[in-house]
Amino acid sequence: MKLTKIFMASTALAFAAGAVAAEEMTIVSWGGAYSKSQMKAYHEPYSAKTGVNIINDDSSAEAVSKLRAMNEAGNVTWDVVDVVASDAIRLCDEGLAEEIDFNTQLAPAPDGTSAEDDFGALLVSDCFIPQIVYSTTFGYRTDLVGDTPPTEICDVFDLEAYPGKRSLEKRPIGNMEWALLCDGVAKDEIYEVLETSEGQDRALAKLDTIKDSVIWWSAGADTPQLLADGEVIMGSTFNGRLFSVIEEQNQPVAMLWDAQMFDLDGWIIPAGLSEERKARALDYIYFATDTQRLADQAKFISYGPARASSAPLVSTHAELGIEMAPHMPTDPANAQNTFLYNYEFWADYRDDIDAKFQAWLAK
Amino acid sequence: MAALTPISRKPMSLVLPTVAAAGGLLGLFVGTANGSGLMGVVVGACLVVALAMIFISVLKNEGLAKWISIAVMAVLGFIFGGTPGVILGAIFGWLFHWFIYWLYEGRYRARLLPYLTPRQVLWHYTFRVICGSIFVFLITPILVVMPLSFNAQDFFTFTPEMLRLDPEGYSLKHYRDFFTNNEWQRSFKNSLIIAPIATVISVSLGTLAAIGLSQNHVPFKRAIMAILISPMIVPLIISATGMFFFYSQIGNWMEGTLGLNKTFVGYVKVVLAHAVLGIPFVIITVTATLVGFDNSLTRAAANMGANPVTTFFKVQMPLILPGVISGGLFAFITSFDEVVVVLFVGSASQKTLPWQMFTGLREQISPTILAVATILVVISIALLTTVEMLRRRSERLRGMSPS
Repeated sequence: MKLTKIFMASTALAFAAGAVAAEEMTIVSWGGAYSKSQMKAYHEPYSAKTGVNIINDDSSAEAVSKLRAMNEAGNVTWDVVDVVASDAIRLCDEGLAEEIDFNTQLAPAPDGTSAEDDFGALLVSDCFIPQIVYSTTFGYRTDLVGDTPPTEICDVFDLEAYPGKRSLEKRPIGNMEWALLCDGVAKDEIYEVLETSEGQDRALAKLDTIKDSVIWWSAGADTPQLLADGEVIMGSTFNGRLFSVIEEQNQPVAMLWDAQMFDLDGWIIPAGLSEERKARALDYIYFATDTQRLADQAKFISYGPARASSAPLVSTHAELGIEMAPHMPTDPANAQNTFLYNYEFWADYRDDIDAKFQAWLAK
Repeated sequence: MAALTPISRKPMSLVLPTVAAAGGLLGLFVGTANGSGLMGVVVGACLVVALAMIFISVLKNEGLAKWISIAVMAVLGFIFGGTPGVILGAIFGWLFHWFIYWLYEGRYRARLLPYLTPRQVLWHYTFRVICGSIFVFLITPILVVMPLSFNAQDFFTFTPEMLRLDPEGYSLKHYRDFFTNNEWQRSFKNSLIIAPIATVISVSLGTLAAIGLSQNHVPFKRAIMAILISPMIVPLIISATGMFFFYSQIGNWMEGTLGLNKTFVGYVKVVLAHAVLGIPFVIITVTATLVGFDNSLTRAAANMGANPVTTFFKVQMPLILPGVISGGLFAFITSFDEVVVVLFVGSASQKTLPWQMFTGLREQISPTILAVATILVVISIALLTTVEMLRRRSERLRGMSPS
């Protein structure tokens, strides 16, 4: 009898939980400090304004494969997805993301500039609404690199001056470019060299010289943890993660602004939503990508807003009160030697070079 | 027996090498942690041998030797490791003193049978050391996360402040994060909704299946059994992929044709998937208890006019209850710990605790995960203790002595 009561109670509970959450949408993002900044800058004001309950899903890392599976099963549970530009291009090509009319479906700038002009060259795909610009760059332990801290990217490959472990991302993108750059290839010729099989071998040969000292990472949280532990003396990760390690966690870490990989991140709306859900997703996007909202996000994390009109509105950190502009990848002092990451190249060559890189890793 | 056991002082030729080995072993750990294992071995061995020589040939007073040993090691600990070093040193000092006298006075023979050969005595203690090492091996990974969950920083790192036992290095902020953060609270609530319902379903179905399969007249018993327990044997990732497509169709049908709420359908999908995973455990444990069940009892009940349902609840169920409960516990834990299937079948509104821990580990290595782990370990211990106490109580009530 007791069992029956428990069963009835728990069923009622499940019904109640189902009834409460009527108006809700699932937003997919990267988790960690980044999701938190979106929650503060976009989700909370939007929920307050419309009453829509927003549920976070930290699944952006496998967004492409999950969207494919959901599409195949006819069961798309996501409403808005945060992806990097290259993933957005792939999803758009495969028809898994909705195309957006930038001028009618996005807010214009306060001075009346159309959204298309405001985002400018950052609109790399018809489905992709840019949100932030970020960089993949190196952080180093100030107490473990000796008296002359590293100042340029090639110090990563210099085992004599900086002995110790370094962490690199477990994929060819970024690593191959840096390797060629430090092997003497001019910056504007890198993608030409990387097109050829010899060029790829040359990059791998350069990486070979430090392979024994590399710890490979796959999640954005890895390098901050390794740096905090002192397990590596330097490592690559996203500049916002390093900002958090340095300014918010007060670790003895500093940032290397040289040949950092400049990249974009933004929203897509999955294809195959019902009209009602699609309308709500578009309403959210209109709200979350306007000039003020994009500038607000920079109060919580050091990623640059994607709209030109947002840049002057970037102010101080919400809790620490420090000026955010000098920590942005778009700041002139940091952007002196930015490396422009080539989407088209990687869209064409990614599969081949990936296979080669993985084979090299296993050797 | 004790009177027959020969307790006598042992020669230095036995005591010194043995204590040296023990000191060397402890020194190996300390030395490795400080950079040089070999140094640690040599220093540890020399230190303990020196202590043994002094105690046995010079001091000859055990009480005094104990305090000297503790004091010396505590001072050494302080020099090398500060405040925590004192505590560790004092423990080592007491251990060395105890070990030296335990060997020298021949106390290790006191509780053993008098006719054991030295080789058997050696094996007796080696066996215990091996068992102890296995316990350490099993428990340390769980224990080591507990202090880390009180870390004042946001990393999985023992900070210098923590090692100095400085209160500054500790904080409850990760526990506060767990209790105030919406994501953690929602996933905790989801786990508490999904796991009990899935358990009730698996226990009901699994018990019925086990009883049915224990009847003699059921054909193809082995084949049916194999199919029912297959979710336990098939790799989880394969079940999960299949379930994803299967439950997507069912979910679409429930939402489209029956017009049910999307969130509710999501819960139904995850609960059903978890119930499927739990059923094999219930079947196996209940089948095992049914082996000892005397079927003439059900016939006797029928003879006295009870219908099959009454017979089940009044006669059969109380007798097989231990099997049902332990099967239910397994089913509960399976659902409560499960991450692969829920990642496939569930959507973000059904995010369970393991899911949140999984993404938390991947995207943001935050000690909140450790705080949650610590809370879960404490809850598990409390649950197991309660179950064990209830079992003993019922045994006492039935007049049996606890075993």
